[in-house]
Amino acid sequence: MGSEIRTALPEVKVGLLVIGAGPAGLAAAVAAYDRGVRDILICERQDFAGGILPQCIHNGFGLKRFGEELTGPEYAGRYEKMAEERGIRIEYGATVTKLSNDRRVTVLSESGMKVYAADAVILAMGCRERPRGALPVVGTRPAGIYTAGCAQKMVNRMGLLPGREIVILGSGDIGLIMARRMTLEGAHVKAVCEVMDHPGGLRRNIVQCLDDFGIPLYLSTTVVEVEGEDRVTAVTVAEVDERRRPIPGTERRIECDTLLLSVGLIPENELTRQAGIEIDPVTNGAAVRENRETSIPGVFACGNVLHVHDLVDFVSEEGEIAGNAAADYLAKQEKIETAPVARVTAKNGVRYTVPELIGEGETKNVTVFFRVSDSFRDATLVAENENGVILSKKVRRMVPGEMQRVDLPREKLVGEVTLSVAPQGNS
Amino acid sequence: MYTITQYDAIVVGGGVIGCLCARELTRLGARVLVLEAKSDVAAGTTAANSGIVHAGFDAETGTNKAKLNVRGSAMMPGLTRDLSVRYRQIGALVAAKGDEGLAGLSILLERGRKNGVAGLSIVRGEALRALEPNLSPDLDCALYAETSGVVCPYGLAIAAMGNAMDNGATLLRNTPVTSIEKCGGGYLVNSIYYAPAVIDAAGLAAHKVAALAGIGGLKQHPRRGEYLLLDRTCGGVVSHTVFTLPTKAGKGILVSPTADGNLLLGPTAEDLPEGANCAVTAAGQDKIMATAKAMVPSVPLGGRITSFSGLRAVGESGDFEISYNDGFVVLTGIESPGLSAAPAIAELIGEKLGEAGLLPEKPTSGFDPIRTVVRPKEMTDVERDALIRRDPAYGRIVCRCEEVSEGEIRDALRQNPPALTLDGIKRRTRAMMGRCQGGFCTPSLLSLLSRERGIDETEVKKNEGESFVAHERTKGGNR
Repeated sequence: MGSEIRTALPEVKVGLLVIGAGPAGLAAAVAAYDRGVRDILICERQDFAGGILPQCIHNGFGLKRFGEELTGPEYAGRYEKMAEERGIRIEYGATVTKLSNDRRVTVLSESGMKVYAADAVILAMGCRERPRGALPVVGTRPAGIYTAGCAQKMVNRMGLLPGREIVILGSGDIGLIMARRMTLEGAHVKAVCEVMDHPGGLRRNIVQCLDDFGIPLYLSTTVVEVEGEDRVTAVTVAEVDERRRPIPGTERRIECDTLLLSVGLIPENELTRQAGIEIDPVTNGAAVRENRETSIPGVFACGNVLHVHDLVDFVSEEGEIAGNAAADYLAKQEKIETAPVARVTAKNGVRYTVPELIGEGETKNVTVFFRVSDSFRDATLVAENENGVILSKKVRRMVPGEMQRVDLPREKLVGEVTLSVAPQGNS
Repeated sequence: MYTITQYDAIVVGGGVIGCLCARELTRLGARVLVLEAKSDVAAGTTAANSGIVHAGFDAETGTNKAKLNVRGSAMMPGLTRDLSVRYRQIGALVAAKGDEGLAGLSILLERGRKNGVAGLSIVRGEALRALEPNLSPDLDCALYAETSGVVCPYGLAIAAMGNAMDNGATLLRNTPVTSIEKCGGGYLVNSIYYAPAVIDAAGLAAHKVAALAGIGGLKQHPRRGEYLLLDRTCGGVVSHTVFTLPTKAGKGILVSPTADGNLLLGPTAEDLPEGANCAVTAAGQDKIMATAKAMVPSVPLGGRITSFSGLRAVGESGDFEISYNDGFVVLTGIESPGLSAAPAIAELIGEKLGEAGLLPEKPTSGFDPIRTVVRPKEMTDVERDALIRRDPAYGRIVCRCEEVSEGEIRDALRQNPPALTLDGIKRRTRAMMGRCQGGFCTPSLLSLLSRERGIDETEVKKNEGESFVAHERTKGGNR
């Protein structure tokens, strides 16, 4: 021993490293454990598990998973307990700063920096909210502009009310939930504006969070300008045309002290890109096979880091898919890379699909998740490839705000498969 | 009854010029007081500009702008090293088109050489493509200025003020100057601060401050420049600061990496009446996007994370106006290249006050020119690991996008000049400046600031006046 100068951190071997202890990461770790993996480590950057759920104190979680309505903290608590019962290690306050293409993971925490050499990695970093700067909103930059999630944390975890006179831009689910929450706290929500001609969030949230409280929702309307030097004093809203451009002459000034933004969620894939993993430009998440394996073998992705889900129940389900696949990957003696047998492409009316790629699998069907780009009523969903139609299915109603799923027969999935909505029945 | 506090020099305004003056005069042995009207230094023109250290070929030979820019630019590498300020000498390209463009570039080249700028050349064709592959193919020639750089402007001002304070200077924030009386061979400011020398570096308000001292006739107006900032993942689209040929209204819209690795587009140039605010406009943003696309067609506008605007002070002469009135120095018209020239302006004022016998003849050996800031992200993994083992606060990440730790936030709240507001934390640490723009970390920063300063969370401000972040406690939120 002696005075050798360390130039690199020593590496620690680990079987499965899961990045993120939100609903996706917890479900993935639990599923992998139940399939025989024992050497599991979850790295969580916050000091608690559950991701965003602990601040989602409203109910409506878990109907599909547990057959009952739970609050966010309760739903997170169930999975936390499952992980705990299995003795799965979670390192809290542990931020992953680097991910290499050979599954080396650099982790920063108050105990220092560590490099893990992982046999398999599951990406479950979740998503972030789109900020104001990404929007064409002009005017000043005063205090009083928050993303809905930021306001939710202030109200539900810190006991702080961001403001009293509120305008909300965007009708995403968090925005709708916060419209109700702020109202219950005595604030006056003057308007919810949505640039699209349809709501961004779930229909049940429109009813329960806006209609029940008499909060007006203005469709095809956006905020074009913010006023105020120290704190927001007013916003100007305007109607937009079919290309989402403000229509001159429709401007209306609304006095308020707060603007909440619920204008979209962006999967947090900085690590994914750093590792050189192929990204789907529409989902902004990794392009994956049906087992949620990314373009790097042994690296899987699930939950909102892959594509933005509307229900946490589906996030958990996807976590299980990834966890099971990671377990299978680790159990394989020889890690042979196989090329995908099919690529699924979204066409007319379908915005994206997950998975994008189909590998060799054993199940009879492959479940494909997708979102539509428009509202459809009594439409026909069509999957086809060069051999002809794989599946044609009548669908009563599809809206962009709700994730759809379809089971496709595996034996027919070869080559370039397209998923589209037949034009008739477009409402 | 007032107690009058006496100093050797009073600097009015804590922008980059005022802060560097404070440091220079402190270095020369003076007891310095800085009065800043806003809640923090670097909160005016210094907070929102291009952050370019110009090489110095733009200004007419012999002007203050030319002389002080070239000198300031030469001082910048050493100064930023001493003060731990982010600065990168990345070079600049003034791109143009055809014979007419080439003629314009030749004029700049000639002027630059006369101004004493080293490292200038004209590049064309393949050589230009090699330097900047993403430049529009329409632009076929460029003036290449090797010594041009990028610096964090507010970082420079904060560091200069901090270093001055570490060496004994005093900073008072939220302290607008309301009165100046000439008495006893010096100046009495706000009836309680006295000094034989006053440096009026109040930026846009410099002519008003001068008028308080009876120096009239100075005129300035604000020129607003809007910007668009893109994510750090877009910073590599160009590797130099790219301009097009300058016009009367200024150097035009540029596309440049910032000192911190983002991509900056702008500024516009809009002359406005006094009292104009820092708003962004649809017309301005459209113009920036269209111009940037014409210069660099692949500029990824989808990566924008924020837009902002800043005001620069435009005087009547078109040059920097520096006047000496019996110990009262007035700086007006400090528009671009004011940042590049700032170190040289401070040096010049130190010389002038010294020549006038207004500075104490004390030895200056006690001055420590070094200010260090702990920046874990710039360390190797091994260094960072060792740092965290010594102080675990550097291992607790608060701002995930910019990877800022609790230790760095704590330093910003304690190191001279301590941050008093969220914007203060932002400018010192880059927390909230990343791609989520504070969506995740604002609540945590609110708590840290309230805890460190011993104020209630509802008293935390974004910046000025009534800019409270939280309105009140919720019904169940009383703790």
